Amino acid sequence: MTRTISWAFAVVGLSAALLGTAGLADAQTIAITGGKVYPVSSAPIENATVLIRDGKIVAVGANVSVPADARRIDASGKWVTPGFINSSTQLGLVEVGQIQQTHEDVARGKDFIAAAFTVWDGLNSQSVMLAPARKEGVTSVVVIPQGNLLVSGQAAMLDLVDGMPSDMVIRAPVAMVSQVQSPTSAGASARGELLLRLRELIEDTRAYMRNRAAFERHETRDFIASRLDLQAMIPVVEGRLPLLIGADKATDIDAALKLARDNGLKIMIGGGAEGWMVANRLAAARVPVLTGAMNNIPGSFTTLGQIQENAGLLRRAGVPVLLIGNSGSGDEETFNVRNLKQEGGNAVAYGMSWEDALRSVTLTPAEVFGVADRIGSLQPGREANVVVWTGDPFEFSTKVEHVFVRGRESVQPTRQDLLTERYKTLPPSPANPIR
Amino acid sequence: MRHSRLSLLALVTAATLSGCASAAKPSSTPTPARDTTRAAPGLGGVSTPNADPFPSTYVRFPSAPLVIRNVNIFTATGPLIRNGAIAVADGKIIAVGQTVETPAGARVIDGNGKYVTPGIIDTHSHIGAGGAPGTQANSDVNEATNPVTANVWVEHSVWPQDPQIPRDLAGGVTTFQVLPGSANLIGGRSVVLKVVPSRTVQGMKFPGAKYGLKMACGENPKRVYAQRGPSTRMGNVAGYRAAWIQAEQYRRRWDKWNADHKGDPPARDLGLETLAEVLRGNMLVHNHCYRADEMAQMIDISKEFGYKIRAFHHGVEAYKIADILAKEGIGGSLWADWGAFKMEALDGVKANIALVDRAGARVAVHSDDPSGSQRLNQEAAKAMAAGNLAGIPVTEEQAVKWLTINPAWQLGIDDKTGSLEPGKNADLILWNADPFSVYAKPEKVWIDGALLYDRLDPRQQWRTDFELGFVPAGASR
Repeated sequence: MTRTISWAFAVVGLSAALLGTAGLADAQTIAITGGKVYPVSSAPIENATVLIRDGKIVAVGANVSVPADARRIDASGKWVTPGFINSSTQLGLVEVGQIQQTHEDVARGKDFIAAAFTVWDGLNSQSVMLAPARKEGVTSVVVIPQGNLLVSGQAAMLDLVDGMPSDMVIRAPVAMVSQVQSPTSAGASARGELLLRLRELIEDTRAYMRNRAAFERHETRDFIASRLDLQAMIPVVEGRLPLLIGADKATDIDAALKLARDNGLKIMIGGGAEGWMVANRLAAARVPVLTGAMNNIPGSFTTLGQIQENAGLLRRAGVPVLLIGNSGSGDEETFNVRNLKQEGGNAVAYGMSWEDALRSVTLTPAEVFGVADRIGSLQPGREANVVVWTGDPFEFSTKVEHVFVRGRESVQPTRQDLLTERYKTLPPSPANPIR
Repeated sequence: MRHSRLSLLALVTAATLSGCASAAKPSSTPTPARDTTRAAPGLGGVSTPNADPFPSTYVRFPSAPLVIRNVNIFTATGPLIRNGAIAVADGKIIAVGQTVETPAGARVIDGNGKYVTPGIIDTHSHIGAGGAPGTQANSDVNEATNPVTANVWVEHSVWPQDPQIPRDLAGGVTTFQVLPGSANLIGGRSVVLKVVPSRTVQGMKFPGAKYGLKMACGENPKRVYAQRGPSTRMGNVAGYRAAWIQAEQYRRRWDKWNADHKGDPPARDLGLETLAEVLRGNMLVHNHCYRADEMAQMIDISKEFGYKIRAFHHGVEAYKIADILAKEGIGGSLWADWGAFKMEALDGVKANIALVDRAGARVAVHSDDPSGSQRLNQEAAKAMAAGNLAGIPVTEEQAVKWLTINPAWQLGIDDKTGSLEPGKNADLILWNADPFSVYAKPEKVWIDGALLYDRLDPRQQWRTDFELGFVPAGASR
């Protein structure tokens, strides 16, 4: 009995050590040589070298001298791109979709407002869902609070780096999350009432800013939101923090654009199924759209005009497009954050240029979320989030050969790798049934 | 031959009318295929094997002979034919090879650089029963009022004007099985449909296809019936066994009466009649089941009562018992990469399909999703890549079978469709590129030799009644 327990402890200790240190190989000087390099911020370079030191990119080009102590990775015939950024996920916030106790993505809020909710505070950096995404080339994600409240909370940009939540956060907040298409989940019963409550929240935030001292003395009228929620809304009404507004229907997008115009807000549109119908208005207002490329079903009365060409048409009109994964359906989405590349390929199949599709999963999200000085392109000074592919990243037959996050290579097998290995030979060996 | 939108609609009408007018031929062999014998008027109270109260009225759309030449052909039976040709007449494939003879009056298409495959068959769909837009009013998938509803037939839930149907066709799906949902232990009868415009469900029914029975393991039934039971997996199993015990008794009573016609017929029961048909081997069992251990128990239950499971659906742990599935001759309708969204799906791996295929079980890529159903070629491509990555080599020829002949076998229609061989239904897709590329799209889709979708011709893009006015025109698929 004692023996069994100590054995179990030893295994737990070993696993912890593996998880803690072996997940990503140590940072060092690395030279990825000979590949076709897509910096995204500039034209592709044939037969180029990407030099990484201490987690940062230090040189990119055809004539980069490689230090003698560098680990060399021969990428001849391979494609080298920045790590992909999935701009709409619940990675690390939802472990098992249908198990409520593994959800950290929805705040209760107060009166359907949860502006002060900082979703990344509940992040599980040990989530087994991170590795499958990283293994297929996704190195950064935006985590977005759910719930479809009037204001659901604040989003953050993360690197899928091994460590604790505080290690992963690149920038937080990167957006405040709201919506204009689901009145009932926002404490209203009609769109007009939902918009009224949003305007009231903006007005009350301004009143709070002007009368903070009076508010503390209980000398103001009642406000629609709590003190912390009003505080959290200040950068939004000042136009410093973007308001990410969920809107699919063309008329809802129009309402969001008007709300932004009337109140001097900086906004982006999430979903944007019928965005193509108002593409010129979005472009004129320079409003980015987060949308998928695999949705064409009139699945609800807010998405009747949803077409697969949407992302390409928006881009052609000049709208900054951020491709997001699994925006169509499915409660498997945390597991399939990795399918961002499939969205990229489908965007191309339905009219977006290949270069724009690559940009929409790398540099454009970095720019839109204000982290282009850190990630999204291969340039000196950027984090070394780099992927080496055997070919076109969007093609299914392409393999991911190396993934670096902040200069460290991900080598940890996924849970799926371990399961596949265990059952590759059937029946499992009786000599070693618990490999 | 190209039809305008108007003429296409006219053809639908003609097909439906001629279907109704044609006389049913009595068959002397009730099994294995569902025959067309109809109960005589007034015999609704009689429980007849292979009764067909809602017979198919499908008639193929008129079409000229067709030749596609200079095209790469995945036949689903042999190696890829490069720069080959295929000929079609009277709705059937008449020749496939390096070259073919051109039938008189044939439309000839130069498929330079393009690919032909058999039409895709989706074994697991709820399209039509869970129509778009999704509303409570159109939610007809789960009769979640009793854990055993063998009495319901999902064809009575199918809305032929569901806008998801033409989108499936544009994705290359030519045949699909609509299943009742998985809320119940026994969910009811499935139906196999052709992806064709029709005013009626009967006009879509695949002639000669057997019915399926939907069963479900695990979490869904015990969650839905937590209050009244079953609320546990052991409750689930007790529920299946109780149903089969009743069904066996019912089958005996009716088989005896059908043989001797002595006395009053026993009371008819729709649910037990369906289960008795399974026990007689006249229907195929499609069993939603995620976990390996539960699949093994379902196999034992099938042996206890003497029926066969045709395929496990979802089977995210099928790779753990791939050898058992192969030995038992049970197929797997599986996802490429869904998993981890509930406890029983936690162990999903992307090599699942490749591992089960390697073991020798007949595996199909299924969707269970109106969006995924439109891109089953992409799902197969993912599963193939995952196999190759895990050291299980998969060829494109093999992966084509996951989309075509294997699902055809699971639905019992592999003698009629699912491969490009002379004599088979001319259900085929012309792809603009290798179908396993993310950039590939079906350019043209034929069902029984008739061109029903053309990406290059908006007049050949069927719009359902619902879409008129509601969905902006001109949006290509």
